[in-house]
Amino acid sequence: MSPVLIAMLPFIGALLPGLLIRSGRDVAATACGTTTFLALLGLVLHTPAILNGEVITAHIEWLPLIQLNANFRIDGLSLLFGILILGIGLLIIIFARFYLSRQDPIGKFYTYLMLFQGAMMGIVLSDNILLLLIFWELTSLSSFLLIGYWRHLPAGRQGARMALTVTGMGGLAMIAGMLILGNIAGSYDISGILQAKEAIQASPYYLPALILILIGAFTKSAQFPFHFWLPHAMAAPTPVSAYLHSATMVKAGLFLMARLWPVLSGTPEWFWIVSVTGLITMLVGAFIALFKDDLKAVLAFSTVSHLGLVTMLLGFGTEAAAIAAMFHIINHATFKAALFMTAGIIDHEAGTRSIARLGGLRKLMPITFAIGTIAALSMAGIPPLNGFISKEMMLYETTHVEHARQAFMVIATIAALFSVGYSFRLIFQVFFGPVRNDYPHKPHDPGFGMWFGPGLLVVLVILIGLFPNTMAGWLVDASATATTGVAQHAHLSLWHGMNAAVIMSIIATIGGAMLVIQHRPLLAAWNAAPRPEAKSIFDAAVLFLVRGARAITDNLNTGSMPRALAAFTLATIFCGALAWFSGHPGPADRPMLPIYPVPFINWLLILTATACMVTFHRIRVLALILISIVGLMTSAFFAYFSAPDLALTQASVEVVTVVLLLLALNFLPKRTAVETPVVRRSWDAFIATLGGVAFGALTYVILRGDFTLPSISGYMLENSYKGGGGTNVVNVILVDFRGYDTFGEITVLGIAALAIFALTQTLLQGNSSKRLRNWKHTQSRAGDRHPLMLVIITRVLLPISLVVGLYIFLRGHNLPGGGFVAGLVVSIALVMQYMASGYAWAQERRYIPYHVLIGAGVVAAGVTGIGAWFVAKPFLTSAFGYVKLPFLEKFELATAMGFDLGVFLCVVGAVMLMLNSLSRIARHAGSTVNRKPMDIDLSDEQSKGAH
Amino acid sequence: MEILVASAIGAMMAAAIYLILRLRTFAVILGMTMMTYAINAFLFVSGRLVVNRPPILQGSGEAVDVTMYTDPIPQALVLTAIVIGFGMTAVVVMMSLGAFIEGGDDHINMPQDDREMPPLKTVEDTKKIEEETA
Repeated sequence: MSPVLIAMLPFIGALLPGLLIRSGRDVAATACGTTTFLALLGLVLHTPAILNGEVITAHIEWLPLIQLNANFRIDGLSLLFGILILGIGLLIIIFARFYLSRQDPIGKFYTYLMLFQGAMMGIVLSDNILLLLIFWELTSLSSFLLIGYWRHLPAGRQGARMALTVTGMGGLAMIAGMLILGNIAGSYDISGILQAKEAIQASPYYLPALILILIGAFTKSAQFPFHFWLPHAMAAPTPVSAYLHSATMVKAGLFLMARLWPVLSGTPEWFWIVSVTGLITMLVGAFIALFKDDLKAVLAFSTVSHLGLVTMLLGFGTEAAAIAAMFHIINHATFKAALFMTAGIIDHEAGTRSIARLGGLRKLMPITFAIGTIAALSMAGIPPLNGFISKEMMLYETTHVEHARQAFMVIATIAALFSVGYSFRLIFQVFFGPVRNDYPHKPHDPGFGMWFGPGLLVVLVILIGLFPNTMAGWLVDASATATTGVAQHAHLSLWHGMNAAVIMSIIATIGGAMLVIQHRPLLAAWNAAPRPEAKSIFDAAVLFLVRGARAITDNLNTGSMPRALAAFTLATIFCGALAWFSGHPGPADRPMLPIYPVPFINWLLILTATACMVTFHRIRVLALILISIVGLMTSAFFAYFSAPDLALTQASVEVVTVVLLLLALNFLPKRTAVETPVVRRSWDAFIATLGGVAFGALTYVILRGDFTLPSISGYMLENSYKGGGGTNVVNVILVDFRGYDTFGEITVLGIAALAIFALTQTLLQGNSSKRLRNWKHTQSRAGDRHPLMLVIITRVLLPISLVVGLYIFLRGHNLPGGGFVAGLVVSIALVMQYMASGYAWAQERRYIPYHVLIGAGVVAAGVTGIGAWFVAKPFLTSAFGYVKLPFLEKFELATAMGFDLGVFLCVVGAVMLMLNSLSRIARHAGSTVNRKPMDIDLSDEQSKGAH
Repeated sequence: MEILVASAIGAMMAAAIYLILRLRTFAVILGMTMMTYAINAFLFVSGRLVVNRPPILQGSGEAVDVTMYTDPIPQALVLTAIVIGFGMTAVVVMMSLGAFIEGGDDHINMPQDDREMPPLKTVEDTKKIEEETA
């Protein structure tokens, strides 16, 4: 199976629960389980090839310009992690089916779980660090959803937020580190980076890249001092903890360190940072785990400790240590997932996870006891279980460290001693002791479905312990080979003969047993001792940041719009001035065009209308008329300077804008009162003048200068007809050269119209609806609302305007016109009917809802674009040909016309929906509905007569 | 001619800036409309001023003399900008109308009680909540 498909399968599986959950929990679980199993099968089938030293790769170019390619690879390391993720994932899917109660939405759970699984598979299969980063962030997001799955619990929400904050910030640091790394190596492909060890380690940016990447890995793998999020993430349902926090997510950091081990390790920086962090984490985690009361908290801190162990081994930078690290990853995943599920079973059946309230479960839950004890003994490192072998290997490696050997040996032994302590404590305080009679529920063994998963893992724990080479040797070899880049053959066995490691192990075991015997006084001392609470520190830090952010926001933004806009204007002018005075503008020697009377009159009109509008803007209807003069003169300006398409568009947009503003003015106050003192207005006028002069000057400089770089217009002009089949170059650019932009633009227009529609819907409900129903219009309305003359003229005009619209549309490809203008013209023709004959009359004769027009437009444009795929051309490539029909001249038919039709429909739909929404508000506000056109409304007259 | 165009665009921009600094929504909408004119015109003239040479190919269209036509790219750019500008104006009009109907006045500034944020939970509060749920 292709690596791409293996990475995709969990994501496909994530879609299934949503579709299938109505058929029941079993169906959803089976679907997820099947996809996971298929992916696992596909992965495992590659094993023989990988054991032969092959690397299976798949390359898909995504954004080759920034070297972001969807490249996947499967080597030994991917195989190891893939088997863990998919194999344990499968067991968790089964376990969760029986663990979650009927009240929990299990479909959602499986969706999150599969998303997470897909993200993890993406990480381990990526052969491109940019792609890896994307999956890395996806694991942070999906684990946030999983940890906060029980959203009614505050602890769950807080734990999820904390996990996201810590791992997300680490991820950001890692992005920076990876970019530096890719830059040094000259490639963002992992296969490329792995070739560039010398260049990377010699680079002055090696240390910053290393630290940033390690921050990402350490936060994900809960290394000291970022370990605190992991115990708080235990608020998640137990299947999540078992999956994320034993086998997968927390191992992503380890995976990354192993993946980049060949190029990053081997330097003193790597050794000291990684191995010391690992050592401290191992010690601190094991120590805290000794005293936790919550079963899952013990397991969480123990996980922290074991992750530290693997980190330390990777930090040693030797091949033997890498082998030990890989082997311990396998072992830890098996016994820890089993233990988490055991904790889940106990919680499920006994009703509590508090060790203080448990004990004596040995007789009540014999199967659980057997599973839990074997797994815990393996965690303690007791022979002949698999945890023993890898712990021995770890201790053995500490005796071969080059620097500070004694310190490593002593601290590792102490950590192992604590580890034995908390493992024994779990066994003795949970399972042994007298049977109590105050459990929240009466404990008993669960059904087969729940103990199947942990049971299987425990069998593996024993088998790997007894036959390490047969059971796990091949996987350790393959992964260690991929990690170190050199072929490895591990010699795993239970007994290596008497050496320092065995003595350290015996000391740890005896010491651990002593700790458990003396546990009661030790616990009392721990509870009495002051210690920093990570959660309080974290909460205080978050509070401090939020306070700071609020203070800054409050001071910068006082809620005054003019203040913000003035600041923005001044800042823009300042930046422009800075650019002007620090840059080197070209010579302003382009010859000027002569001034003719007509354009001069146009200029005079623009200036006069603008000045009048500013002066009279308080009289709103007058201002509206004045601004439309400016708009029309702008349109004339476009026409004069060789832009007929723009002139047409501007003129028709002007009409709909004025209608729109008039509809709004129906409600808004008709006049604006003077509210600001003269000083304030003068200051505003000063800013405005400054901005206007700057903008005008900039325009002038541009107009007098020539193009700095050669324009690309020549290409468009030359190929407009040859390639696009149209002589109107502007239209060809819109529907062909830059069709994708236009496609986006009509979509935006459609969305704007839908937003307006949605706003109207909300206004027509609730409080504002009541206000509208009781609306008192300040002005008396005209009695003759639908004058006879207007009605007749608009009805006669309707077919004529529609034909004009059609004509403009059809000629658009070769002469000024096209979908935009035609759409606006047709909208105006329709709006005129609404205005003349009334809303109700017109609405009754509307056969297609305007939303449908918008949708149809976007679809038409899209389908035209997709059509190009069928002839193996890129999206929106246009084709054209000439057609001869009887009685008509030979005419051209281009696929671009279909696209332009989409534009047309979308514009009509959007404009009509916008204006229609505003009219609906007016109707809601008690405008009486005319039964027939050309009625006379006497309601105002009658009310006047009554007074 | 260049002076006339530049001064007209500058005047429209000045009027636009003055109007968007007003306190009522309608004036600001007018200002934004003016600004749309000014900016569209500005973008358009970045193709420089050319009279009587619209980008409509003459003759068969096979052999094109590029110097015979004005720059079509700013035109295509501005054409869609005009339509999108209308869409934007419509949304803003709708928002201001909604605010007026809901809130009863058409002031543009945010009222003080809208700006007030809920009080922050201190660390002690969080702890208290935790204890209560536990």
